[in-house]
Amino acid sequence: MAVHGAFAALAGKVEYLPETLAWNIQPGALHVARDGVARKLPFDAIILATGATDRLLPVPGWTRPGVYSLGGAQVSLKAQACAIGAKVAFLGTGPLLYLVASQYLKAGAEVAAVLDTSPNAARFKALPLMASRPELLVKGAALLWKLRRAGVPILRGVTPIAIEGDAEQGVTGLRVKDAQGRERQFGADAVAMGWHLRPETQLADLAGCAFEHDALSGLWMAKMEPDGRTGVKGVYLAGDSARILGADGAEIAGRLAASSVLMDLGIAVPVAEVTELHARRAVMDRFRRGLLKAFPWPGHLAAAVPDDTLLCRCEAITAGELRRSASALGAPEVNRAKALTRVGMGRCQGRYCGPAGQEVLAAARGVPLPEVGRLRGQAPVKPLSIATIAEDA
Amino acid sequence: MPEANVADVIVVGGGLMGSATAFFLRQRGMSVILLERGLVGQQASGTNFGNVRRQGRFLPQLPLANRSREIWGKLPELIGEDVEFIRTGHLRVGYRPEHVGMMEAYRDGAKPYGLDLELISGNALRERFPFIGPEAIAGSYSPHDGHANPRLSAPAFARAARRAGAQVVENCEVMAIERGVEDFRVETKTGAVFRAPLVQISAGAWGGRLAARFGEAVPIEARGPQMAVTEPVPYAITPVLGVTTKEKLEVIYARQVTRGNIVFGGTAHGPADLDTIRASVRPEVTLHQFTQLKRMVPALAQLNLIRVWSGIEGYMRDDLPVMGPSAKVPGLFYAFGFCGHGFQLGPGVGDVMAELIATGATTTPIEPFGIARFAGAA
Repeated sequence: MAVHGAFAALAGKVEYLPETLAWNIQPGALHVARDGVARKLPFDAIILATGATDRLLPVPGWTRPGVYSLGGAQVSLKAQACAIGAKVAFLGTGPLLYLVASQYLKAGAEVAAVLDTSPNAARFKALPLMASRPELLVKGAALLWKLRRAGVPILRGVTPIAIEGDAEQGVTGLRVKDAQGRERQFGADAVAMGWHLRPETQLADLAGCAFEHDALSGLWMAKMEPDGRTGVKGVYLAGDSARILGADGAEIAGRLAASSVLMDLGIAVPVAEVTELHARRAVMDRFRRGLLKAFPWPGHLAAAVPDDTLLCRCEAITAGELRRSASALGAPEVNRAKALTRVGMGRCQGRYCGPAGQEVLAAARGVPLPEVGRLRGQAPVKPLSIATIAEDA
Repeated sequence: MPEANVADVIVVGGGLMGSATAFFLRQRGMSVILLERGLVGQQASGTNFGNVRRQGRFLPQLPLANRSREIWGKLPELIGEDVEFIRTGHLRVGYRPEHVGMMEAYRDGAKPYGLDLELISGNALRERFPFIGPEAIAGSYSPHDGHANPRLSAPAFARAARRAGAQVVENCEVMAIERGVEDFRVETKTGAVFRAPLVQISAGAWGGRLAARFGEAVPIEARGPQMAVTEPVPYAITPVLGVTTKEKLEVIYARQVTRGNIVFGGTAHGPADLDTIRASVRPEVTLHQFTQLKRMVPALAQLNLIRVWSGIEGYMRDDLPVMGPSAKVPGLFYAFGFCGHGFQLGPGVGDVMAELIATGATTTPIEPFGIARFAGAA
């Protein structure tokens, strides 16, 4: 609501292009398409605030009808008032896992189970960092209490075995190993799964930003300063596409990036305000690191995805085929593996299979994760209709 | 026991030309070391369109193209790996009466070389290939041409060469090549030294720099052909498609892979940088390709583009490659600068160069491609 209010105040002062796809970027110009017409938008400075999407882990059966990402399950409920199923199991880790489960509960769906891959111990280790934002810890505890009071089984430290079902009915349930190593089965007609979010970095990549491997999340992030500067002249980052700090963190990152743009264009900004924004951002970044420790990305599970499980959904490539490219075909890094196997070559351009693919390849090669690199971004950022015509054509 | 870093031949550059040469040299029993700066087939060999096309080539190049086409037909058995070569036919359309004249002239010229082309006029063309747009007034069909997967081809030839006993060294940039009394001494960035009495330069767009070190500068320019691919749809377009025209901005080509995606390229090139080893795709070219693609096959307007890419290719001033022995240095051979039409030729170039290196002569004429044609011109 605050966002809508702030934006309404800008009406008439900015050119607003809704339902517009930014499909490519060059030095000094963004390429967009809207209603079938492509335009080139020249810029002196650009703030990329391209958000984030679900980070997924391939699990046997994850391509059955009825399996959704956590974000997708949430959008379905909030934007379309549709539950993804009558009895929904939640699998993954991170605060969104508990939040979406409780939203489904509130909406009247049955929550079959909340199955968290993070071990309990991780939470205690992360407490010192997470204590930076006690109000969020309280919120989290309240969510958990509501789920428990409703009798929802909540398991931590699980290892997914398979999402069960058939072609007729789609999902019928799922099996996991619990923290004690016992096999557990839960009946469900839909599964929502997700392991935090991953930044949408394609435009930053195409704009020439350097990338660095973040050991805590296991993700490649665009290199940037906390003030949003990237090292590429005129290109700034803000919001979840830069670092995932949550909604209020994104607002601060946006104000910092805007301040940097103004300064670089020679326009004065209040120094005290910027200093204060930096201090608040630092607290949020501390909490972000705490979250990643409390709910770690289970890279070991990704590395161990069974050979016959689909890794790349768009091109229907299994984890075994990717492993073969590492051994028989000698692919030392992910772009080579992509060229030889097509993992990451489809509609999503590796945005969904990329992180798990890196783990599979690194494990198969027996090298540390950063050594297998990251998939280089290629235009278009999202599929672009061939019906599109250039404005000046 | 032979020394590890000594061979009969050192091949500098592991694109399709170098990989195929290494393979065919082994077939002739010569020991060979293939040195590749990065990974085999990573540059133009792996990023090109994938056309296995003879139609439209410089006529005196057809014997070489025919020899190469024979080898494509022997895959995968010859190298033991599938590179997705399929004989689909190749169809070029024309939009104006002058294009029909060009097609007729080419058909007549190609016939003595054993390349039979079928000219099809307007309505018959659409009856047989219903996806072709109404602007096309004629087509020229080459039934035995086809396409293959460039991402797989050079690596497959290099692996076959390695299985046959070649030493294939990747991540090994050549820094210096010196002609000694008895042999060449090749030093790499990793500090390794290799020796052989014979050397082939098959370094693609970078070939000009190496040739210049031997006093044989050539007029070569690096540019990036612009490629693109759609989302997959049911397999419906069998032949590789192209356009017969003198207008470069009208030249579009497309092929559908059996998985369903339609790969296309053409019109203009983008910049390519030999030092950063990057070639970018110009958004304006992608949009212009859309226009020409829809002109050739209007139904493709229904599809989405999912990816674009480019690669670094070497273009000679006369649009013909450099191939054959050095005119100045005994024991030195060249095969580079294939001007965007080298993929189909690759296996044949490997076979011919191996023959030339092993026997001192070749049964397939390659005189038009000799480096001496540029003597004093670059």
